[in-house]
Amino acid sequence: MKLTCLSKGGGFHFPPCHMLNFCGLRILLDCPLDLSALTVFSPVPAGFVSLPSKQSSSSQTFGSLGLEVGSDKRSKVEKPLDANSLIFAEPWYKSVKNLHLWNWCSIDVILISRPMGMLGLPFLTRMKGFSAKIYVTEVSARFGQLMMEDLVSMHAELRQIYGPEESNFPPWMRQEGLEMLPSKLREIILGKDGGELGSWMPLYSAADVKDCILKVQTLKYGEEACYNGILIIKASSSGVEFGSCNWILSGPKGDVGYISCSSFNSAHAMDFDFQSLCGTRTLIYSDFSSLSVTQDVEDGSDSSKPSVNESLFLSDNNSSSVEQAECFLNSDENLEEKEKLVFISSCAIECVKSGGSVLIPVSQTGTLLQLLEQLIASLESSAMEVPIFIISSVAEELLAFLNIIPEWLCKRRQERLYAGEPLFMHANLIKEKRLHVVPAIYSHKLLMNWQEPCIVFSPHWSLRLGPVVHLLRRWCGDPESLLILEDVLNPELALLPFKPIVMKVVQCAFPSGIELHKVQPLLKMLQPKIVLFPEDLRSQISFSSANSFTASYYSEGETLRVPCQKDNTELKIATDLASQFHWKKLKKEDINVSRLKGELFLENAKHHLLLQNEQDDSSKRRPLLHWGSPDVGRLLTALSKLGINATLERVTSNTESQSSCILHVQDPHKALIEVGATSTVITAANENVANLIFEAIDSIMDGI
Amino acid sequence: MAIECLVLGAGQEVGKSCVVVTINGKRIMFDCGMHMGYLDHRRYPDFSRISKLGDFDNALTCIIITHFHLDHVGALPYFTEVCGFHGPVYMTYPTKALAPLMLEDYRKVMVDRRGEEEQFTSDHIAECMKKVVAVDLRQTVHVDEDLQIRAYYAGHVIGAAMFYVKVGDAEMVYTGDYNMTPDRHLGAAQIDRLRLDLVITESTYATTIRDSRYSREREFLKAVHKCVSNGGKVLIPTFALGRAQELCILLDDYWERTNLKVPIYFSAGLTIQANMYYKMLISWTSQKIKDSYSTHNAFDFKHVHNFERSMINDPGPCVLFATPGMISGGFSLEVFKRWAPSEKNLVTLPGYCVAGTIGHKLMSGKPTKIDLDQDTQIDVRCQVHQLAFSPHTDSKGASDIFIKRCQNPNFKFQKCSSSGAPGTSIQSCQNPDRSLTPRLQVKDERVAEGILVLEKSERAKVVHQEELLHRVGEKRHHIRFAYCCPVRVSDSTDISSKSDRDSCLQLLHSKLSCELSGGNIQNFGENLQMDSFHISVCPKDYCPYRIHETSHSETLAMYFCCFWEAIDEKLAWRILSAMENLDLREI
Repeated sequence: MKLTCLSKGGGFHFPPCHMLNFCGLRILLDCPLDLSALTVFSPVPAGFVSLPSKQSSSSQTFGSLGLEVGSDKRSKVEKPLDANSLIFAEPWYKSVKNLHLWNWCSIDVILISRPMGMLGLPFLTRMKGFSAKIYVTEVSARFGQLMMEDLVSMHAELRQIYGPEESNFPPWMRQEGLEMLPSKLREIILGKDGGELGSWMPLYSAADVKDCILKVQTLKYGEEACYNGILIIKASSSGVEFGSCNWILSGPKGDVGYISCSSFNSAHAMDFDFQSLCGTRTLIYSDFSSLSVTQDVEDGSDSSKPSVNESLFLSDNNSSSVEQAECFLNSDENLEEKEKLVFISSCAIECVKSGGSVLIPVSQTGTLLQLLEQLIASLESSAMEVPIFIISSVAEELLAFLNIIPEWLCKRRQERLYAGEPLFMHANLIKEKRLHVVPAIYSHKLLMNWQEPCIVFSPHWSLRLGPVVHLLRRWCGDPESLLILEDVLNPELALLPFKPIVMKVVQCAFPSGIELHKVQPLLKMLQPKIVLFPEDLRSQISFSSANSFTASYYSEGETLRVPCQKDNTELKIATDLASQFHWKKLKKEDINVSRLKGELFLENAKHHLLLQNEQDDSSKRRPLLHWGSPDVGRLLTALSKLGINATLERVTSNTESQSSCILHVQDPHKALIEVGATSTVITAANENVANLIFEAIDSIMDGI
Repeated sequence: MAIECLVLGAGQEVGKSCVVVTINGKRIMFDCGMHMGYLDHRRYPDFSRISKLGDFDNALTCIIITHFHLDHVGALPYFTEVCGFHGPVYMTYPTKALAPLMLEDYRKVMVDRRGEEEQFTSDHIAECMKKVVAVDLRQTVHVDEDLQIRAYYAGHVIGAAMFYVKVGDAEMVYTGDYNMTPDRHLGAAQIDRLRLDLVITESTYATTIRDSRYSREREFLKAVHKCVSNGGKVLIPTFALGRAQELCILLDDYWERTNLKVPIYFSAGLTIQANMYYKMLISWTSQKIKDSYSTHNAFDFKHVHNFERSMINDPGPCVLFATPGMISGGFSLEVFKRWAPSEKNLVTLPGYCVAGTIGHKLMSGKPTKIDLDQDTQIDVRCQVHQLAFSPHTDSKGASDIFIKRCQNPNFKFQKCSSSGAPGTSIQSCQNPDRSLTPRLQVKDERVAEGILVLEKSERAKVVHQEELLHRVGEKRHHIRFAYCCPVRVSDSTDISSKSDRDSCLQLLHSKLSCELSGGNIQNFGENLQMDSFHISVCPKDYCPYRIHETSHSETLAMYFCCFWEAIDEKLAWRILSAMENLDLREI
């Protein structure tokens, strides 16, 4: 078994991606997009005065770069990062960096563990020669499809502005273009080691998405899918999102469990079903969430991040306040998460009370729903009526879908099914017209119901695409309004095009994934033999020798080999076939042997040996393998028993000390037997004689 | 190994389905139903046959319920709470959601209306449902280390499932009720290719093949339309779940298309509540309805309103769904009493009514008067329409699903309602002939190089032949055959010349290829090869393998040294005899 970590991912929206070789199959685990990289592009430049055209500054913008940037402008002095440093062009999208180095035709299986893990899939499925089988849970597939459709529709708005792309190599990708960029942006585009330019792609089309979904095979939790008879694939819930899952693969040579980002106490999705991973020999631990969390905490402790934030905002406007919700993992009962929700909704209520609007570009569906329910509760308790909007091209379908998937939800939600209540409250909110779900910012329904202050949920969290861009422009100068950001990796950069920002900003990371202190107890329970950890975890957790498993560590871009797990695979032999075996007892040792025959099948990852359909001359099968050396004297006796008289001629070999003999046969037919130490040659012009001689030799030797 | 079936109910009759199967040491109860026709102890299966002492926890591994109909789940609270069974109960999500409604409704009818002593309480139902583990379709659930179960879609009613059970090597399917023809709101039963030792299937209609559903639906709509356009009232007595939703989809759709304005009513309570469940469980309905969820949930009926008791005597046409079905009492009976005397009105009845109910009386003959009790007599002048579509499979469906889908051609069919009387034990031997016929066949010749080794106090092992030698600590002794074969060549050939020898070998190759059609002789320039058979020109004057008895005439012969192994001896002698008859002089 071999594991190559293609990407560690980053944050909730960019899950890790691995290539696994197992049972002779090449398995791709997840195929995400790094949407945080979108921040290098400028959002829809509506109302922007500094359009990349005239005198503003040709050297700072990129529309003209390919055409007229003079060599004299290429100064090494870096300009400060501002809104004009961003790329004014139709955005491209960054896929997993090492994936394009692989030959996608050679991928056999793709496993998607969460909706985010399939955003890059259409890039693969539209390739000529792509033939892998894609397994996704039913719900992940639906969410993934909606997310991709939404991405395509949001992107269409930008495409309208920039028009059709003329070349398949946009100016910003050229060497001179890249050199002009501030180092911060350049690093996002090229990666730390500068080799990631190849992973940028223009977005797929709606048709690509449709085609991709057609190629997906959907599964339920616990459903066993068999790939080519050799691999049994099973998804079990990971609890982090609707439909998200971990994978259990079992083949003839053993089994592997893949632990993606998992959550023990989900407030919405079905809990992490760790029991199903019990007894799996090898585990690939791929929950990186605890790593990013600890980094955040570290950053916070040496107070570098908040200070950057402060300086950023303070320089714009001294009166603006930045509040950053810290995130610590502790809760067994989701207390932490609950507290945060309460905190955020209290911020929102305060803001609305003072006449400001609240903008929430949260795309984590689970968080969105919880926040919505919390907001409604807070509004009710403070007896306020504020319209809530969800603006997204796919929101209506997504919300309708959520109310018909009770089998995929946590226990608490399932109880609502049994009680005959709607699974989520949004259905009623829509009916009561307290929640308005509209596809776009220009929808008639939105215009009819619009009133401020209001609370708006809308994509996209990168702040580069979708309705959020327009609303942020509208409200960024209003000190009473509030923006609630998810755990965006680089908030300064994300907010850059909207400067100066006067509105309040709250950034809040919700815990997701396995808390570090729970890793040890979890593994103790699962009892694996081998665990593959990310290298970054090595320093975080030390596994005592008391553990029953061996830990290996993998790092990005490197291939880790894991020894084959089982020495032996199992073979099931049909009873009717087994009864036909000819057993032979070996002369020297107490061993019985029988040569196998029949047809070998592989089904459900198990080998079966079955009776052959065509009956060949199996009754007169001869031993094919002999060992030892024949005794010439016994051979002569054996021959004479069969009516063959031979005369012995001893020939001493000149090369070796071992001698060989030649036996001449005249009667009934002429034949010759050359007996050596390691081989015997039978020469006869007559088939029968040759057969008889073979039988005679066989009778005095060990063979099978 | 034997699979043992103990049929506690539903053998040869409809009602109280309950079969206990012992399979490889596990004992599973399939369904735990009650009989609607009896009011005494006969309404429940005779549980004492499972365990005389009533120690059900040790006697049973688990209970599996196929769907929420009372003849499949009716006795469950009684069995788990009153008799005392604490093991797990498995059913699908919809069944878990809807079964308590059915049970509660039944309990109410029993206690509140008939004034019977209650067999189980509401608390019993709630407690019982706590023992239920909900499963999704196709999910493989490990009940314990050896027992796996899996649910397959069965149609019939929402959440109905066929259950596959595997214990060790023994595999079986219990179908419960299923339907092979999709209806208005449910899809057709579906199952994987399985190799089963035993199938226990329902066979309510096993002796009939029904005509198309479409024409029967049209008949129903025609009857309803005719009645309401004449100003009549239509009474549809149904149970709250299943048929009510199916007919309602049918009517709602028809109303939409024909622009009818006549109101459709649901008798309050249960049915409205039931629609709520259907809306959430829409993924268990047919594909068509499922796909429509985002635009319009099919169970959000547009033309359906709530019915108030006071509206019974209102004038004007309407359609009313009233519970319970079969007019066995309750609200449907109340409405029937008022509406039956008018010939303008219509009553539609399902295909099956339990004996003793008014529905049954209406269906058997055309009564003009029905005696309700000593004092009450109802004039029946209304029309009666019998719904001829049923959510059960017919014999065609039953054979389709198992003969075509299951790969074991010789498995045993146990039609419960025809073969086993209640209480009988059926023994079924596991079929030894379980032929595997995978779709893709790849022959692997290396099987013949495998050796099965049995050593004392060790597990049997398959090793490669080379490995066996290693194990025994011996060296291989090759036994080969050799023959230096003469072939006639042209007189002008110079045997000592290499180029002539090579050209002869090439000639031999082409000739042999013609002679031995089918085989592929590989040409390596210096020698020819077919499996283990090697041919090369023998330039020696004397070769030990040159044994000839019938010397060729004076024609010039070129010698070819041939070697082969025992495995290819047939082939070898075919080639040799061909070679001896060849004449390389002819081109």
